[in-house]
Amino acid sequence: MDNILSILVFFPAVAGLLGFWVNKEYIRTYGITVVSIEFLLSLGLWFSFDMTNAGMQFLEFIPLIPEMGISYSLGVDGISLFIIIMTTLMTLIGMASMGETKNIKNMILSLLFLEMTMVGVFVALDAILFYLFWELSLVPMLYIIGAWGGPKRIYASIKFFLYTFTGSLIMLVGMLYVAYIYHGVTGVWSFALSDWYALILPVETQLWLFSAFFIGFAIKVPMFPFHTWIPYAHGQAPTIGSVILAAVLLKMGTYGFIRFSLPMFPDASVMAITPIAVLSLIMIIYTAMIAYAQKDIKQVIAYSSVSHMGIIMLGLFAMNAEGLSGSVFQMLSHGIVSGALFMLVGMLYERRHTKELSEFGGIAAVMPKFAIIFGIMLMASVGLPLTIGFVGEFLVLLGFYQVSPMITILAGTSIILGAVYMLRVMKMTFFGPLDKAENKVLKDLNTRETWSLIPLVAIVIWLGVYPKPVLAPIDNSVKALLIFMDEKAITAEAKEMINVAKSTKEVE
Amino acid sequence: MLEPINVSLESLNLITLAPMLIAIAGGLIILILDLINDKVSKSVYVILTVLVLLIDFLSVLGLTINERGFFDVMLIDGIAIISQLMMLVASMIFIPLALTSKRFHEYSYPEFFALFLFMTAGFQFMVATDNLILIFVGIETASLALYTLIAMHNRADSYEAAVKYFTMGALAAAFFAMGSAVVYALTGSVELYKVAEVMATRLDETGLMIAILGSSVLLLVAFSFKLSLFPFHTWAPDVYQGASAPLAGYMSIVPKIAAFVVSIRIFGMYIDLGVDWVQNILLVVAVLTMTMANIMALVQEDVKRMLAYSSISHAGFIMAALALNTTAGNTGIFFYYGLFMFTNLGAFAMLWISRHKKRQFDKRYDHPYEKFAGLITSMPMAAIVMGIFMLALAGVPPFSVFWGKIYVMQSAVNAGYVWLAIVMGLNSAIAAYYYLKLIVYMFLKEPSKEEDVVYYNMSKPLIGLIGLSALVTLTAIFYVQDLLSYLFTMISASGY
Repeated sequence: MDNILSILVFFPAVAGLLGFWVNKEYIRTYGITVVSIEFLLSLGLWFSFDMTNAGMQFLEFIPLIPEMGISYSLGVDGISLFIIIMTTLMTLIGMASMGETKNIKNMILSLLFLEMTMVGVFVALDAILFYLFWELSLVPMLYIIGAWGGPKRIYASIKFFLYTFTGSLIMLVGMLYVAYIYHGVTGVWSFALSDWYALILPVETQLWLFSAFFIGFAIKVPMFPFHTWIPYAHGQAPTIGSVILAAVLLKMGTYGFIRFSLPMFPDASVMAITPIAVLSLIMIIYTAMIAYAQKDIKQVIAYSSVSHMGIIMLGLFAMNAEGLSGSVFQMLSHGIVSGALFMLVGMLYERRHTKELSEFGGIAAVMPKFAIIFGIMLMASVGLPLTIGFVGEFLVLLGFYQVSPMITILAGTSIILGAVYMLRVMKMTFFGPLDKAENKVLKDLNTRETWSLIPLVAIVIWLGVYPKPVLAPIDNSVKALLIFMDEKAITAEAKEMINVAKSTKEVE
Repeated sequence: MLEPINVSLESLNLITLAPMLIAIAGGLIILILDLINDKVSKSVYVILTVLVLLIDFLSVLGLTINERGFFDVMLIDGIAIISQLMMLVASMIFIPLALTSKRFHEYSYPEFFALFLFMTAGFQFMVATDNLILIFVGIETASLALYTLIAMHNRADSYEAAVKYFTMGALAAAFFAMGSAVVYALTGSVELYKVAEVMATRLDETGLMIAILGSSVLLLVAFSFKLSLFPFHTWAPDVYQGASAPLAGYMSIVPKIAAFVVSIRIFGMYIDLGVDWVQNILLVVAVLTMTMANIMALVQEDVKRMLAYSSISHAGFIMAALALNTTAGNTGIFFYYGLFMFTNLGAFAMLWISRHKKRQFDKRYDHPYEKFAGLITSMPMAAIVMGIFMLALAGVPPFSVFWGKIYVMQSAVNAGYVWLAIVMGLNSAIAAYYYLKLIVYMFLKEPSKEEDVVYYNMSKPLIGLIGLSALVTLTAIFYVQDLLSYLFTMISASGY
């Protein structure tokens, strides 16, 4: 199957279109079946993926608008492979555990379209195609937040849309400028990334373009100070919206940095290390402190999710294999863990219709299964060894230590801070006296909920203990990326900073 | 004694006049038909008009490019052909919108259709010449017909709109006449290619620059009225509100295409002559137009007024492409309009089908946002189609207008105006808000009134037309390449 990527992208969309004719009562079954097939397809992609090849695989190329240099160009490497699998997995589990019943058909169909755009972003190798999926992903998300969200849902959804839309239009101008430079050099229009990678840009141009792309990506991540949309989005979104938002949509931003900023502007990226590290640090510590002050469980998770995105950003700009691989791995673990946490909060909310921390207490006694799973996920989020969260965080910190020990130590405090606010959540919900009458009658997880969470728990522990099957291909592609950046960099400082793993360099 | 003037028929090249004559003949046929039998149903006139337009379209398609005719007054170059084709396609979508389920006053008169065809001929004359006098005649023929068409809607605010438009149009005509007079005084010619030659030789003369600038200002004011550019745009929302929805959609496209063609000829000439001032002022006007119109659109309470301001803003976008004065920029104008045409007409057609014959939704407006609240529950398909139109207008990929936007932005970057591309990007972001507002009302809010809000006016032909527009909007990605290369060859072939 050479065109498996196209199938992966368009299968959910076609299923979504046909889904208009499916009977309302069976739409959930239909939806879950479709996303399960999609997940199996992505697993198929993993098994047929050549682990030793660090480059792009399953390439597809069809010139779409040659006049403007736009092509339909897809491909996958070790970095995007696992993000895609994570996307399909989280969509499946999110949909399976969904408790939503109002207008369920519209919800399922929106999710199917959303899945197309999410997979599309991660496989696109043409800038305009990437942009197309990137923008299109806003529309179903807007609908999901706006139609099923909390009381301020409309404000939240519009803020989400406009913020990201504005940022990405600046990015679009950046893309057009790169294409213009490419045209100036070669006389041909092209938006294909493989062509763009060949461009060697002067440092000043790199800096300008880096900033243009930075605005687009940073808003999505969301980097401090562009993060103000996310508390609203998370606070108002329905559970499934938060799950997809935290697990996948935020990753588009960090993925953009890996795909565009780092390889295309290596010198500018090296120059940006300090500012970005400072911003990431603020993001890590400041949002962790905000998380501590929250009274609402979901907001705690939301801010902790932003705080962990800071770790990912830090890793991306470590410019060495440990940091980058750790960062990509952290994207996966963040997706799974924060997705699971949002699901758990959602389940609690469905039972009690409140997310206030003070309303709970001692519910470990009535909901043991829930408490165990929540506990595991909290620990993973904090980065306890032998959970998935530890691997990524450790690698990132290890990688960034080579850049700046000081910042690394400060960032390391996030683990402590994370532990503080997460344990506070745990204490206030699960332990203490079970004094509220409503809490005494809470039902534990039902079969559907349990079985949608167990796979996540299994992954959290499996990859925490033995991350190699995932880490090895990521590492491969990351090293290839670093070698490429090292060769491409024009300034001496950048060449020195980009730390190609010694073993690979010697082999060459 | 004077020698008799000998003109051979071949040298007249009358074929260049054929398309306009077809439209005029079609109008006359409709009038004669009415004389013979005055009980003919409107559907006959609608189909007849479409057929005439179709023949017209085919005859334009058959023209050879870069020809002159009729004492060199007619000029059939690439932009004349593609602009005529586009106007005819837009007209062919517009006219069947008369086939509503309810009867409206204006369509019961065959004169409506005859006037419409005369107007089409006027616009065709306007684009197919570089003679300032014939341009003037074309503008006036078309505009006078258009004022009448607006007034025929037979409501108080339609009269207001028609009179407003007429006053503004008269002012614009005056400015155009004065501008042309200055040009004639400077160069002794009203034919733009001769004007350019003479002006090029006189550019260095001292004290003449002020007159050249004066002529350009007068002409610019005239076309700013026609194109509703800031600060001469204030008539547009009122006129659009008073006119029937299809006619408003029509006005946002066809007259503007015609005026843009003339602008390319006139202002392109000035810029080519090296009068930088014209280019700068065009850029300023373009930026102001898109920004101010966008900001005004944000506060509108009526969807039709919002669409009016959005059309102004889109015109500003296109004006920026014109100011670049590159082949890519000029291609961008037509490319943008080619895509925008279907989407915008589709959006106005959606308003049209929600129109009640007598009753207004509320006292002030016909189409306030509240009218569309909760449309997803009452008419899901209509809500989705309207949503697609709005997303397309906002420039969300892969829908039609996005490709126009990206092409215009790309040509701005190529011409060295990165700041202009950024301004365009930011404006698209502002614009997203008001398009989104309608989507929010349709998809996320509960219906506001119990009464039957929408779809008084739906009929099979209208569904078909809207379906066609939606299809063209959705599948843009598949035909963009062909459209673009066709436009580019046509435009570069005639040297713009």
